[in-house]
Amino acid sequence: MDSAGFTSPYTPNTDDDRRKMLDAIGVDSIDDLFLDIPAERRNPALDLPPPASELELRREIEAMANRNLTPGEYACFLGAGSYRHFVPAVVRQIASRSEFMTSYTPYQPEVAQGTLQAHYEFQSLVCQLTGMEVANAGMYDGSTALAEAALMAARVTRRNRIAVFETVSPYLRDVIETYTEAPGLETNPARAGVGEHGPAVTTSSPEDGTGLPPDTACLVVQQPNFYGYFEDMAPLSKAARDAGALLVVSVDPLSLAMFRPPADFDADIVVAEGQALGVAPTFGGPYVGFFACKQKYLRQMPGRIVGKTQDTRGRAGYVLTMQTREQHIRREKATSNICTSVGLIALMSTVYMASQGKRGLRHVAELCYHKAHYAASLIERIPGYSIADRVAPSSREQIFFREFVVECPGPPSEINERLLEYGIIGGLDVSGGYAAQNGMLVCCTEVNSREEIEALASALAEIGRDYVQP
Amino acid sequence: MFSPDSDGRRKLLMDRSAPGRVGTTMPPLDVPEQALPPADMLRADLDMPEVSEAELVRYFSQISQFNFSIDHNFYPLGSCTMKYNPKLNDEMAGLPGMAEIHPRQPAPTVQGALKLMHELQGLLAEITGMAGASLAPMAGAEGELTGMLMIRAYHLARGDTKRTAALIPDSAHGTNPASAAMAGYDVVTLPTDANGNTDLDALRAAVGDDIAGFMLTQPSTLGLFDTNITEVIRIVHDAGGLLYGDGANLNALLGRVKPGDLGFDVVHSNLHKTFTQPHGGGGPGAGAVMVNDRLLPFLPSPVVERRTDADGNESYDLASPPQTIGKMGAFHGNFGALVRAYSYIRTLGDSGVNAVSEDAVVNANYVLSQLKDLYDLPYDRTCMHEVVFSARNLKRDYGVSALDVAKRLIDYGVHPPTMYFPLIVEEALMIEPTETESRETLDQFIGVMRRIAQEARDNPALLRDAPHDTPNTRLDEAAAARRPNLRWRPQ
Repeated sequence: MDSAGFTSPYTPNTDDDRRKMLDAIGVDSIDDLFLDIPAERRNPALDLPPPASELELRREIEAMANRNLTPGEYACFLGAGSYRHFVPAVVRQIASRSEFMTSYTPYQPEVAQGTLQAHYEFQSLVCQLTGMEVANAGMYDGSTALAEAALMAARVTRRNRIAVFETVSPYLRDVIETYTEAPGLETNPARAGVGEHGPAVTTSSPEDGTGLPPDTACLVVQQPNFYGYFEDMAPLSKAARDAGALLVVSVDPLSLAMFRPPADFDADIVVAEGQALGVAPTFGGPYVGFFACKQKYLRQMPGRIVGKTQDTRGRAGYVLTMQTREQHIRREKATSNICTSVGLIALMSTVYMASQGKRGLRHVAELCYHKAHYAASLIERIPGYSIADRVAPSSREQIFFREFVVECPGPPSEINERLLEYGIIGGLDVSGGYAAQNGMLVCCTEVNSREEIEALASALAEIGRDYVQP
Repeated sequence: MFSPDSDGRRKLLMDRSAPGRVGTTMPPLDVPEQALPPADMLRADLDMPEVSEAELVRYFSQISQFNFSIDHNFYPLGSCTMKYNPKLNDEMAGLPGMAEIHPRQPAPTVQGALKLMHELQGLLAEITGMAGASLAPMAGAEGELTGMLMIRAYHLARGDTKRTAALIPDSAHGTNPASAAMAGYDVVTLPTDANGNTDLDALRAAVGDDIAGFMLTQPSTLGLFDTNITEVIRIVHDAGGLLYGDGANLNALLGRVKPGDLGFDVVHSNLHKTFTQPHGGGGPGAGAVMVNDRLLPFLPSPVVERRTDADGNESYDLASPPQTIGKMGAFHGNFGALVRAYSYIRTLGDSGVNAVSEDAVVNANYVLSQLKDLYDLPYDRTCMHEVVFSARNLKRDYGVSALDVAKRLIDYGVHPPTMYFPLIVEEALMIEPTETESRETLDQFIGVMRRIAQEARDNPALLRDAPHDTPNTRLDEAAAARRPNLRWRPQ
């Protein structure tokens, strides 16, 4: 379709402008500028809808949004890697400033000090929260941060085996496999057990007590694990050490406001899904991956890194640094292909952490902990339901953060369908997985009020009656 | 002269903290307190900022003003497509029914979101002339990795295990070789010919049964449409390789040619370039991939499928293609960016999509025509959406580099173009005006560029010391790399 007559709000030049510009260029028509395109392929039919005005489009997209059941209107107990937390207004307000939102990656530091300083703040707070020595300016999300941590461990150790502990989220494991298979790494599940020589973590049989194979690049652990329970980190750390492997931990960043960090257990690389800190669930993205490690591995780290330096007048300022690791310089030998990352989301989590601050973060973590345990205490009293004490021999009994596994009297998918009638979006169906036959992974955060939690318990009780023989 | 850190705006959050200040409040516990875990599991102390909300707002507002942004002024950063980002799109992505939905909600409870994704898959496939799309990749580079993993899966599924290398032109973005390497391929670099096209003789010599595919950016990073394209694709296909199209420069092609029609097997699109997701100071982006029939079974998971029941009711669900390469992230891609891209394409509609490429190409050629007498033009051809000049004449005659020109532009309130890229152009200055800039803005820019060329003759020191009025003058990047200072520490 010819564009004559169409006025787009985003293309200011008029036909008169175009005429003058074409004259200056020295061509007769716009078509003359496209002659390099093979004639038989040029100007194809384009089957797109006609332009929509702002008013029409707003109505259409609002109608789509209204077809979704929105947590908040519905009580929601889903977690499993994406968490609903209250986001103070200040987070969105600062992140929607166009100076932050509509600037590019800070290649020109003299006109990007706002972004660079904010990224330095982000790196600093990620280091403080994780207890690690250095952090980068963010990865796409927690899953790719973990996959890239596995690749980095292989580079550091020059080994090819990735041992993924069995309680790591299957969603994270999927991404590790996508990222590690093509470059020739082998990913094996690792299990914990008691062997002949005491507790052992192994990629073979737990009973053989041999520990991890000597060609293991890293042991990947999630803390708390996919099912919400805390792993006993000391033996996992020892298993990695004994094999000369790196300990890579994917951690829930909010849990670090309350629980000891993996750094206390000599973790080498710590990554996190940062979404819980200030970012709405947004159907899965954009989020931000935290990536932190020991200083000695800095030059193998993927991603952007911001460093402090001085200008020609001796004033402090910030730049992208350690760029010889990166694709635009090192090309196929780069530590990662990452280019555009998630600067704005990193800013949101920075503002969130600063806004909650030292006391607020601990308070939010404790609200989650108490509400989750309160919910568990109600549910375990319902006939037909039970709470998993732990999900693996390695995890600490009864100690979970804001998620736990409910063994239901019937298929969780059916129970979840019934819960919708009560205005409740239930927990994730994890039946048939590691934890339980009819497992439902229930998550509580500070946004789940006592009324919501009690409504969940009473709805589960009513629904459960249809499954439990009197 | 300032002493280091004398500017109060540069004081970091931890240095602004005072014990007891809070930036927000949260409700008290409304359930009975539960037993805490053993003390050996708990964290004794965590040092984090303690600042008031007002201070937080003021601090970030102040440092935000150190930034140059597209909302502020002209941002002709080549290959980055810094076009205006419509405000409507941000509001649509922020609707509670879009922003608050959880990625693990059952499909029947997120039909609106899935419908939007399904429609966007169709729009992007139509624009690129492809059979299908996945919106899963979270950035352009991840889209590249996705594409190369699909090419790999395609060959392996045919039992073709000999293909261990990927061909990449010397003009390519660094992400191309880096992505190919992450997909397990050796990289073979191809030269560019004197006209800025793929060197066909070199290509013929390079192809063989060890080549998995060719990653080609069209138009190239020289801002040129590769006129050898038909022959390039024939040569690669005849040798059993596939064609990867880097869609970083797709803005130039919208409505004018479909990569699928040219014969590309897979193309990615940076939704944060062509389709107006704001760049956010370095992301988030989104790197949707579109494929032809032969790669359709290998798309990453998930894709959104539409189903129609016996009564004709339509519903949408997430699905995993039969021979999928797997997951590129834990969830379904950067949904917030997908809402924005959908909103943008629907605003433009068929005629608006054509107007994008037309004005982008007219604008770039206008800049070319008005500056080629003062700046060297290594490839003197009609360009597409961007033009690559070289400052080698200024360097030779006056000792002024592309960097100096770029930094001097800052003094005039213009963001510098991309510098020193593509690598095959000496002292490169890569200028991409985009279609959202008016003739008046371009005339101002052209005037400034001409004035800078004059300054290079008359007062080169002015350029070498630039910029002059920014919060920082040029920064010592070598020192930053030599002695990494990457985080706040207590004084």
